[in-house]
Amino acid sequence: MAREEAEDTREDMVIDGVEEGHKPNYEVPDGFNSDYLMIYYGKFFPYAEMHKWMSYGNDGKHPGCDQSYFGRREFSFTLENDIYVRFQSFNDVADLENAIKKKCPFKIDIGPVYSVDPAKRNAYAQSGGNVFRPVERELVFDIDISDYDDVRFCCKGADVCSECWPLMTVAIKIIDTALREDFGFNHILWVYSGRRGVHCWVCDGKARRLDDGQRAAIVNYLHVHKGNEHSIKKVTLVGQTFHPFIGRSAEVVKEFFEEKFVSSQNLFSDEDRYEKILEMIPDESITSELRGKWQDKKRSRDDINVVRWGQLKHLLQSGKQKMLGVRRCVEEIMFTFTYPRLDLEVSKHMNHLLKAPFCIHPKTGRVCVPIDPKHCEDFDPSSAPTLSRLLEELNMGALGNGGEEVLENTSLGKSLRYFRSSFLHPLLKSCKEDIENAYAAKVQQSSNSLSW
Amino acid sequence: MEIVGSRRKSLLPPAGNAAPTIPLYRSAPELEVRLEDFELYAVHRLRVLKGISDALSRGKKPNEMENVVKELLKVHMSHPEASQVMNKDIISHFVLRLVYCREEELRKWFLSMETTLFRYRFLLETSEAQIALMAEFDLPYKTITNAEYENVKDKLNKVARSMNSSADTIYYKVITNFLSSLLSSSFILLRKVQVPFEKVPDLVARREVFIMKGYAYVPRNQVLSLLVTHYRSNLSKALVLTNRKWTSMIREQEKDRLTPIVEALSTSYLGPDYSQPKDFGEISLRDIDQIARSSFPLCMRYLFEKLKEDHHLKHGGRMQLGLFLKGVGLKLDDALAFWKSEFSKKVGAERFDKEYAYGIRHNYGKEGKRTDYTPYSCQKIISSTPGVGDHHGCPYRHLREENLRAALNNMGVANRALEDVMDKVRNKHYQLACTLTFEAVHGASCDQGINHPNQYYSDSKTILESRNNSKGT
Ligand SMILES: [Zn+2]
Repeated sequence: MAREEAEDTREDMVIDGVEEGHKPNYEVPDGFNSDYLMIYYGKFFPYAEMHKWMSYGNDGKHPGCDQSYFGRREFSFTLENDIYVRFQSFNDVADLENAIKKKCPFKIDIGPVYSVDPAKRNAYAQSGGNVFRPVERELVFDIDISDYDDVRFCCKGADVCSECWPLMTVAIKIIDTALREDFGFNHILWVYSGRRGVHCWVCDGKARRLDDGQRAAIVNYLHVHKGNEHSIKKVTLVGQTFHPFIGRSAEVVKEFFEEKFVSSQNLFSDEDRYEKILEMIPDESITSELRGKWQDKKRSRDDINVVRWGQLKHLLQSGKQKMLGVRRCVEEIMFTFTYPRLDLEVSKHMNHLLKAPFCIHPKTGRVCVPIDPKHCEDFDPSSAPTLSRLLEELNMGALGNGGEEVLENTSLGKSLRYFRSSFLHPLLKSCKEDIENAYAAKVQQSSNSLSW
Repeated sequence: MEIVGSRRKSLLPPAGNAAPTIPLYRSAPELEVRLEDFELYAVHRLRVLKGISDALSRGKKPNEMENVVKELLKVHMSHPEASQVMNKDIISHFVLRLVYCREEELRKWFLSMETTLFRYRFLLETSEAQIALMAEFDLPYKTITNAEYENVKDKLNKVARSMNSSADTIYYKVITNFLSSLLSSSFILLRKVQVPFEKVPDLVARREVFIMKGYAYVPRNQVLSLLVTHYRSNLSKALVLTNRKWTSMIREQEKDRLTPIVEALSTSYLGPDYSQPKDFGEISLRDIDQIARSSFPLCMRYLFEKLKEDHHLKHGGRMQLGLFLKGVGLKLDDALAFWKSEFSKKVGAERFDKEYAYGIRHNYGKEGKRTDYTPYSCQKIISSTPGVGDHHGCPYRHLREENLRAALNNMGVANRALEDVMDKVRNKHYQLACTLTFEAVHGASCDQGINHPNQYYSDSKTILESRNNSKGT
């Protein structure tokens, strides 16, 4: 938690910066602290939308609605003093709003929907059996830029810049397309994690009801990195052709790698870096030929990275190379550097928690806003709304006198509009249909008894 | 299922012109079953399942398994009346559900063996029967039209070619089941089946299918893996239900009739049938002392010596040793003479005839229910609970350490070999301890291990006779 920064800025915070005889001072220093956060939760956090989303249509009047649905969802709070409170549950939106305002959590995580109210799990545990268990959970993905540290040279760890952030863009494009085209999911929400990565929530009914085995199958389908930290080449692609999914992903990877990444990361400009790439090539004669070529340091007008990658490709893919394994090295290198690296465990298990959208990241003060996958290359994490910016906007009177659409005018407005119109509304529409269809089918269904 | 005294009635219609197919055991049949058949059919099916279990543990390959299953079915599941074959199949399955529903371990074993049985039976069917069976599953799978097929043909070919390559591919981990032999050619089949992808987790995980908009395009032959998964999950749920009915109802209702049979079946020995001596013919009373020293397992040798010492054995010991002797080929008359010669030294000949002879005839199926009782398996002997004055049970489990060491010394097991045996005993691997003893005594290896005292005996005889033969020539 960013406690130190927070202490420093607390004194200077201005909410109503109008003093007699002075120009109004709307500026709010950057940072993150519980006072800022209190205001954010008071004025900005979209409770109604979050509740609508997490209810999946079950807050309606239709007899097929499961009124207990929202109340069986686990929320967990990380409080200011790093106290972690799990298994919170709420009856309705007012309940949720009151709890968040009262406890002012630095972080809100969302868990699964359980078979029974998670807050009462201990009472059920005494009745024995497997009463308390997760029954629904969005299929989630967590992609973190720090997992790419062995292949990016601009930043390390939690840092991210405009040179390496596009790795996240590639990940969104590849995963999002596969989820829609291959798996047929429609209700997918991508969210900036507030600092160094992205989260993905797949919310279709059939995604929420996947069991752990099915989740693992999807994750394995999407996952191609098999190497350990000691092997430099992390991807092996064999087979006469690519599986259609790999083939499609290879096009995205290739475009990004060749047009941006090879230059932006200077992959071939110094020996340490290109040696790592040469190590991925299983044919000595090729690597020594390339080393020979690259000894010559004479300047050229063209980007040396592009030139050398071209030479490498040419040698590996020339007609002389009969071995598929050698030709495939080209794709394997590109995949190793830029194919999405997923946090597998988060996706494989129903009961993994994931940070809620619209939280504020305590280290950066940035709001975890949705990212539109259709325009993900336009997303710039350094321009994501910050807590202090929102407070300034509040001071400037952007919220007016309150009322429904007030957030429209703040820097959160665009994110909220996207969330409502592109994600929430279509989702709720299909939830309504699902509930009605399921109800009709249930009414019709005759009971099937199983005998021994 | 209705169990009746001795009438027999077939309520199933004759098979008609449909190809013989595999029942899916959806619900217990409305059949009347004779009590004897109830037990007999179950034992026969157990032999099939045990045969599968043995073949799997010996690492049989898929194509070999097909033959194993075919042979097991032919030997154990046939019936003199063709119309009864299906009934026997169904009845035996449901009886074993009762037997194997009652504990997690039993359920797991049964589930796994029945699923394997189903898989290979399916493969043994003609393709018409396979299609009929797939339809019977009534799964949400649909066959795609030729037009649809044309649309995705390129993609399907790509998937096939992406797998059809050298061994270390990331897509295609070598499949250890039967599918591997079918995969390469199966994509040429025109008929494809479209399946919601959630039903094919393994194929998806390995990228071995083409998936589009949530549907996997699975070649017909691969659909078998789906059927097997489905069959398995249905059976798994059914076993849990059966267990509930058993504990809440059947056990009590049937406590005089089915319950004892069911309970006996679950501990019953599943290996070869030793109730009839097969390989070595009969043994005579004259040789019995010598044979006991050379070829009896410790549990029987110990009982034999105690009998000679005390001229008496309590009931458990008489059963364990008596049935074993029957299994090794001691005829009823000889058995009576043998037991009488010992017992009369203590209780007198008259009392033997009055109190003990009945039990021996009973073991040979000559009294009472006239059932031919089966010699005890290691499993049964190990799980017995001998009381004070009893000498039956498994010596590796039930004897005190110093007595066990003395008994083993007596058999000629000493030093390193003895410590190896004791090591197994300490780890509760009693059958392995017995196997090591066998190997030490015979100076020969015993690869399949000891599962039954009569198997110990027959393995011993095989080794000794081959030695005698080679000496003779
Ligand atoms: Zn960077």
